[in-house]
Amino acid sequence: MKEYFHSIRIDPEKCEGRMKCLRVCPTQAIRVRNAKAMIIAEKCIDCGECITACPHGAIVPLTDPFGELAKFRHTVAIPSPALYAQFGREILPEKILSGIKKLGFDDAFDLALTCGEVSFAIQEYLREYKGPKPLISNACPTVVRLIQVKYPELIDQIIPIELPRELAAREIKKKKSKQLKLKEKEIGTFYLTPCPVKMISIKQPAEKGESFLDGAISISDIYGPLLSAMEGIEKGSYRKALENICILGVGWAMVGGICRTLRLKNSLAVSGLGEVIKVFDDIERGKLRNIDFVEAYSCAQGCVGGSLTVENVYISYNKILKLIETLEFEQIKACPDIREVRKLYSQKYFFIKGKFEPRPLKPLDKDLAKAIKKRKEKEHIYESLPKIDCGACGAPTCLTFAEDVVKAEAELIDCIFNLSQRFKEPSQGFSELFNKYSFRSQTKSSPKKHAKKEKQ
Amino acid sequence: MSNENELSHRFEINGRDFSNAGRASTSIKEILQEIGIDSSIIVRAAIASYEAEMNVVMYARRAVLTLNVTPEKLHLKLEDEGPGIENIDLAMKEGFSTATDEMREMGFGAGMGLPNIKKNADEFEISSTPGKGTTIKITISLDSTENK
Repeated sequence: MKEYFHSIRIDPEKCEGRMKCLRVCPTQAIRVRNAKAMIIAEKCIDCGECITACPHGAIVPLTDPFGELAKFRHTVAIPSPALYAQFGREILPEKILSGIKKLGFDDAFDLALTCGEVSFAIQEYLREYKGPKPLISNACPTVVRLIQVKYPELIDQIIPIELPRELAAREIKKKKSKQLKLKEKEIGTFYLTPCPVKMISIKQPAEKGESFLDGAISISDIYGPLLSAMEGIEKGSYRKALENICILGVGWAMVGGICRTLRLKNSLAVSGLGEVIKVFDDIERGKLRNIDFVEAYSCAQGCVGGSLTVENVYISYNKILKLIETLEFEQIKACPDIREVRKLYSQKYFFIKGKFEPRPLKPLDKDLAKAIKKRKEKEHIYESLPKIDCGACGAPTCLTFAEDVVKAEAELIDCIFNLSQRFKEPSQGFSELFNKYSFRSQTKSSPKKHAKKEKQ
Repeated sequence: MSNENELSHRFEINGRDFSNAGRASTSIKEILQEIGIDSSIIVRAAIASYEAEMNVVMYARRAVLTLNVTPEKLHLKLEDEGPGIENIDLAMKEGFSTATDEMREMGFGAGMGLPNIKKNADEFEISSTPGKGTTIKITISLDSTENK
């Protein structure tokens, strides 16, 4: 089986097996075994929900430490536009970029401009695309992974345009290596990331190509030092700083930003994994075939809601929104030249190198006849379970437990309601206690009802 | 008829129940994914069952949708209690629809439902008694697909 690299690690020393992560995982990828949580690599889509849910900080995102910088002759920081929403309203991107340079990077690059180019490239792609609709933005790596795992038939609807951070890194390496007479690999490009999933999209891009970035540093790690670094910086003219902001690019920090700044009429924007799933179900049924473009983010409100950001998500969302409104009102358009973008587009400058491939989950069995048998067995087991999803067995729901049993990854007696089977002759006290709980008799009720609920 | 190589599921659908419309097709998709059916087949079964479900929600009183899967074939049978179809040939024409304005407002009633079901099936059978109801049976062949 293929190994999947993930950006999330569980520290067994810190994990107390309290199962908070078990319940929040949207793809049921976590199990608690021997009182420690573990992740099923095949099912994980790196959304980071578990990181936020863990009360002990035992689940850690795998981002790069600052020390990585020393490996390179020249280093460039490429902050996600979500970073621009982390500070007070008076602090504009210009100041933030100067602050980053004071932290030890040789240069800091404004990604908003590249985002703007990519927005235009998306517009071009939408214009000439003739296949099934809607097209889906690839901005969120978790969403791309969700499609690979759960909606493989939508894979050709993902926009195959390279992500701004990758394009930026590619171009920076080209340009700087010439300028500074260095090799491309001597130039380190670091993404300042709002979420852990960007890390794997660097280590293992969904399209199986290669990343141009050398690492990712968490916004939450850099926040404190950056705040101090910015203290000494002279306040320039607010208006002048405003004039350098690409409105199209700033939109990438929040859900709906791409649609709004491109003024796409027939599009929709969705955020939060549960909501994304609802929209994708509708796309799959052909219900949204009249929509041209869907912008979908795993985190609520988009990248500003990433688990590695610091500011309250609604405040940072509002900051981006207000910034866009101000730029719209002042009619500031510090955006790339669309003719230039069109020229580059026709030269295939913007397209990803690889191809998105589905990553469907392993079926219950390789042989269809056996898989059918196992599926029936799973239903049979499920019907015998209390269906209260207590999690004590280590699986998030009774249904996933039934599946684990069929796959021989768990045993029926792992369910505490089957505990009595462990004892040949349960003591009378135990039997009385056990019979007090009426869960078992409840499960015998109408099977039709349960068939409906089975969805989850 | 309960063969150990046969998986069957029964879904009840109620007319006008828009909020639950799509549940059966989602369950069907999940079941098929679990047993490892090829995704190109899953999408055909999901679209056919969704269109069938929507037809019930829009026009019929209630219906039972049955899924049967064997290693060779996938069958879907929809039996509804409802107004039935007067002229089946006409109903099978693309673009023909008896949907109300209200339904069209919601994005339905493009006259593509039945043709879409047929398009996604290898075998398609429809029979109807006006005033009583309609039965649709479709089969999708699984032979050609390798289980991954």
